[in-house]
Amino acid sequence: MQKYRINPDDGLEFGIYTLGDHLPDPATGERISAQERIHDLVEYATLAEQAGLDFFSVGESHQEFFATQAHAVVLAAIAQATEKIKIASSSTIISTSDPVRVYENFATIDLISKGRAEIVAGRASRIGLFELLGYNVRDYEALFEEKFDLLRQINEEEVVNWSGEFRAPLRNAKVLPRPMEGSLPIWRAVGGTPASAMKAGYAGVPMFMAHLGGASAVFKRTIDAYREAAREGGHNPDELPVATAGFFYAAENSQQALKELYPHINEGMKRTNGAGFPKQHFAQGVDPHNIMNIGSPKQIIEKILHQHEVFGHQRYIAQIDFGGMPMDNIKKNLDLIGSEILPAVKKYTKKK
Amino acid sequence: MKIIGLSGSQVGSKTRTAVDAAMKSLKDKYPDVETNLIDLAEYEMQFSDGRNYLEYEGDTGYVTKELMEADAIVIGTPIFQASIPATLKNIFDLLPVNAFRDKVVSMIVTAGSPKHYLIADLQLKPILAYMKAQLVQTYVFIEEEDFYRKEIKNNDILDRIDRLAEDTVVLTETFTKIREEKEAQYDF
Repeated sequence: MQKYRINPDDGLEFGIYTLGDHLPDPATGERISAQERIHDLVEYATLAEQAGLDFFSVGESHQEFFATQAHAVVLAAIAQATEKIKIASSSTIISTSDPVRVYENFATIDLISKGRAEIVAGRASRIGLFELLGYNVRDYEALFEEKFDLLRQINEEEVVNWSGEFRAPLRNAKVLPRPMEGSLPIWRAVGGTPASAMKAGYAGVPMFMAHLGGASAVFKRTIDAYREAAREGGHNPDELPVATAGFFYAAENSQQALKELYPHINEGMKRTNGAGFPKQHFAQGVDPHNIMNIGSPKQIIEKILHQHEVFGHQRYIAQIDFGGMPMDNIKKNLDLIGSEILPAVKKYTKKK
Repeated sequence: MKIIGLSGSQVGSKTRTAVDAAMKSLKDKYPDVETNLIDLAEYEMQFSDGRNYLEYEGDTGYVTKELMEADAIVIGTPIFQASIPATLKNIFDLLPVNAFRDKVVSMIVTAGSPKHYLIADLQLKPILAYMKAQLVQTYVFIEEEDFYRKEIKNNDILDRIDRLAEDTVVLTETFTKIREEKEAQYDF
């Protein structure tokens, strides 16, 4: 785990991720400016650091209702504004970028942040960016696999010799600057299904698993499949970190949490995915065995500890700000995390 | 309430004629219901390439968005090679898996042979159920002999189309009411 800058003895890492969505607040119908949203995200990261969180990441989406198309630039601002929190993408769509440029950006962010940068590389859940950036969506899989392999090769080798289908060959190429410790933690973003997790496993790459709702036991199958594939690929699963990432919202009680969060998720998903989140499913989100972490601080602590027991994961990443969530609610959540949830999670997951 | 009539084929006129009759029945009896007829023969639809329906442009984007915004859909389909036509299957492939959640779907089937009876049960209903539609179970099955010059000549068929239209509205109202009551109980 050391290679990925994780020490499991310190307990479960707790982080925040944002897609960088830029949606109206359903309570008012108003949307803040892109400028304000980006500044809010930088503030969000600094407040997360103050609350004692381990990790903060920003996603890349090239479509309406998003503000962090240039997520690496936003991360550079966060790197400058913070001191100790780890920072990453969630995720970088490697398929439609040049891995050399991505690596240059993130190695630079690593130097600005003094060794805190990580890359989470994904395939994109929406495909509008293929046309925008000049790629053919028919190459969806091949683009990702080839470029992700190249990204990892650049990370491992100071002098790169490479040739492939989607990029000019590299001959004795030095990709500079190098990150502070010579390499970066690089994760593969995985949706909830075992098939995608197994690809990360075979390659021996850490897995960043994003999820909506559902029984934790179902997601355990994905994590088991990942570790089994890693074993088959000749890797030691005990050395490969797993992160889970999904909706989080804490309030005085679960009903209040549902009330404050639901309109944001439902209206936000209508705009970005074209279908809302059924209330019936959302109500089940407070169930102790559901992977969505919604409820009172006490309920959430129990859920996260249960998930940790089931998954044996190294990092939990909360998404709080989706769908035009007001900054005040985000701050309230960070307060609850910092004062109640995080200390309890660390206490019970730390190895004595 | 918004009801879309979807004529699912580019070939021939019988399905369109039948869906027209259903739309007319709806308009006559329920003037407050908003209706829109989409005849796939009039649109340039692309094949599904896996993207989110919001990302399609042109006719494909228009048709998918109209269907997603509907409260109910009356699907008219001919039977080709003992199945539904590819044009209709493509509509299903273009939409998300839960596309018909909280929607009522009813069916009108036109066929060149009485031997095609039950094909809707065996092949269309499972797709609609998978996509979470609330089905009007009884559909209208119409044969070639019931049409004459783009009109339905069999009064029994017209009566059944009227009942289908009524059932579609009644079920949509009922499910909407039940859902609203249930959602209010959640109190969030």
